[in-house]
Amino acid sequence: MTAKIEAKNLVKIYGEDTEKALELFNRGMPRSEILKETGLTLGVAGVNFEVAEGEIFVIIGLSGSGKSTLLRCINGLLMPTSGSLLIDGNAVEKMGDKDLRSLRGEKISMVFQHFAILPNRSIIDNVAFGLELRGVEREKRRAKAAKALETVGLGDWKYKMPQELSGGMKQRVGLARALVMESDILLMDEPFGALDALIRAEMQEELVTLQREIKKTVIFVTHDLDEALRLGDRIAIMRDGVIEQIGTADEILAEPANDYVEKFLTGIDVSKILDANSIAKWPRGTVRDTESVSVALHRMKKADTDYLFVTEPRRKLAGLVTRDDLLPLSKKRQTSFKDIIREADTILGDTIMRDVYPALRQAERALAVVDENGRLLGVITHNTLVESLDDRKGGDGIAEL
Amino acid sequence: MLNFSLPKLEIGTAIEWLVRWIIENLSIIFDVIKNVLDTITGGFNDGLSAVPPVILIVIFALLIWLVTSKTTALLSLIGLALTWNIGLWPQMLSSLVLVVISVIIALLIGIPLGILMTRSARLEAAMRPILDFMQTMPAFVYLIPAVMLFGTGVVPGIFATIIFAVPPPVRLTYLGITQVPDDMKEMAVAFGANDRQVLRKVELPLSLPSIMAGVNQCIMLGISMVVIASMIGAGGLGAEVMRSVNRLDLALGFESGLAIVILAMVLDRVSRNIGSDKVTPASRIIGYIKRWRKTRQEAKEAERGSSSAEEKETEI
Repeated sequence: MTAKIEAKNLVKIYGEDTEKALELFNRGMPRSEILKETGLTLGVAGVNFEVAEGEIFVIIGLSGSGKSTLLRCINGLLMPTSGSLLIDGNAVEKMGDKDLRSLRGEKISMVFQHFAILPNRSIIDNVAFGLELRGVEREKRRAKAAKALETVGLGDWKYKMPQELSGGMKQRVGLARALVMESDILLMDEPFGALDALIRAEMQEELVTLQREIKKTVIFVTHDLDEALRLGDRIAIMRDGVIEQIGTADEILAEPANDYVEKFLTGIDVSKILDANSIAKWPRGTVRDTESVSVALHRMKKADTDYLFVTEPRRKLAGLVTRDDLLPLSKKRQTSFKDIIREADTILGDTIMRDVYPALRQAERALAVVDENGRLLGVITHNTLVESLDDRKGGDGIAEL
Repeated sequence: MLNFSLPKLEIGTAIEWLVRWIIENLSIIFDVIKNVLDTITGGFNDGLSAVPPVILIVIFALLIWLVTSKTTALLSLIGLALTWNIGLWPQMLSSLVLVVISVIIALLIGIPLGILMTRSARLEAAMRPILDFMQTMPAFVYLIPAVMLFGTGVVPGIFATIIFAVPPPVRLTYLGITQVPDDMKEMAVAFGANDRQVLRKVELPLSLPSIMAGVNQCIMLGISMVVIASMIGAGGLGAEVMRSVNRLDLALGFESGLAIVILAMVLDRVSRNIGSDKVTPASRIIGYIKRWRKTRQEAKEAERGSSSAEEKETEI
């Protein structure tokens, strides 16, 4: 079986007059030296991989590792400096403008980190954008776009404008825009990176479900290890433009190829890029400030806990209520618990892991993770932290924090 | 003892020689341009003057109402009526024609030039000092070659106005397009767009506010040239201003100055509102049409949905 996508000794050097830099690279000079010598950045440094049809191939690495550069070489947004990239056996780097355009317009579609939704077009016309470029007539492309919007669960939002949508919805539009092209290959550039923990988990789930139906070849770039492990049929770990290891999640976890991968997995380096938001879990139960005492008690029982976070409209965090405070009210047959809401320990979603641990130690109960507008994004308990380190295979990570 | 001196560089003489050479060798082209522009401005002037002022003022006010608001339209109506009342209506019309024709030509040159500059860094680097030159060179200076090339009258006025008013649309078009986020352009390319499609479907729509600011600036500079252009016989309100200065006639000076201010304010409000996302009667009408088309589309979709279901049944 031939591979759907195949990279052979792929090298990408940014800038003009790359010959000298390429020669230095071929002589084995490291990336930092090449930068010093020529002033040019080595984005991708000799990468080989094959992706089979219908596979989700995840490329993971820290920022600057070359993962987005590699992704852009696949649809020719960036042209490789040397080496070859084959789609169904055809070399992208040898294609002319016309072939490249039809490759992008018919065979490969892309989903972007910051959505890239055109603000001046309605949702349906954003989704139909690719078909419009292809020259499909208006009625036809709108009908197809409407269908794609149904697929991603935004059927009722067709004629809304992008400003009216939340981040998660915008990325659904981005996904629909790619799906409507009916291309075989889907390139996803950190598609859920700009979303908060809850929405991200939801979108990951949906992508897995969707992929079962559509069976596209997906190249998925991320810096989130959880996401990579959850989605990837196979995972490539990149550093400084080089792929350190390729394998299934199990293979990589069981046998890290080298120290870097090992460290990457145990979370020493990961702690630098992970933030509170990325390990937060949605609490098993919450209660709205307008609900009644008995509802709150019932939900506590169900969630097997003695406190609940209280939210206002738009998921804004109001504080928390405890069972001990609620029981007297319940005896007095009072229904509103607004007066006994306590202040909750909170932490901003973008707090890096190093600062999360001390905050957690001081917190009386759980830490509520909020965004800058005070909206609840998730919860970190002592257990979540241990679990998340455990996920990365190594409880001793705590010492590093 | 420093009695050696560098010879003076004859820059001025060189330019003069260049212009004279152009006149001698390319005068046919300028004659054609002059005749065409004379015919156009003459036609507009005659056409507008033929309409009774009252009717024209009401039509203008209605048009202004369409693209702005009730208040602006009402104030414009009062302003225009005032101009008519103080006896400057014909001059106002000829100034309006001068400004509008100059601005249209300036935009036809300026916007494409701004677009081209985003495509070529070399052109951009070359145009930058030229634009500085055009904007800072005292506007009177343009009158000299204008007269040499076109004689006196409206056409040299238009020529000088164009040179003076062209830089803002060039700059603001360039600025607007360069400020379109890269990821939008990348998205379009990634979905198979060619250069023209990127320009038409992404760059121009997203830079429209900036381009319209350029249009507005172009109009304002055009109006400020009205007085200066009258020095070479372009007529209109500027000529009245010149006459009042020569005669030290304060009353006429104030009246004609006021008429220019009114013209400027009306054109400014109108051009500022076109292309903005403010709610205006015109945008409301467009909104009605869009909504009507949407409901029709949805009705069609529903129909198609049921008919395709039927088709499936028959297939089975």
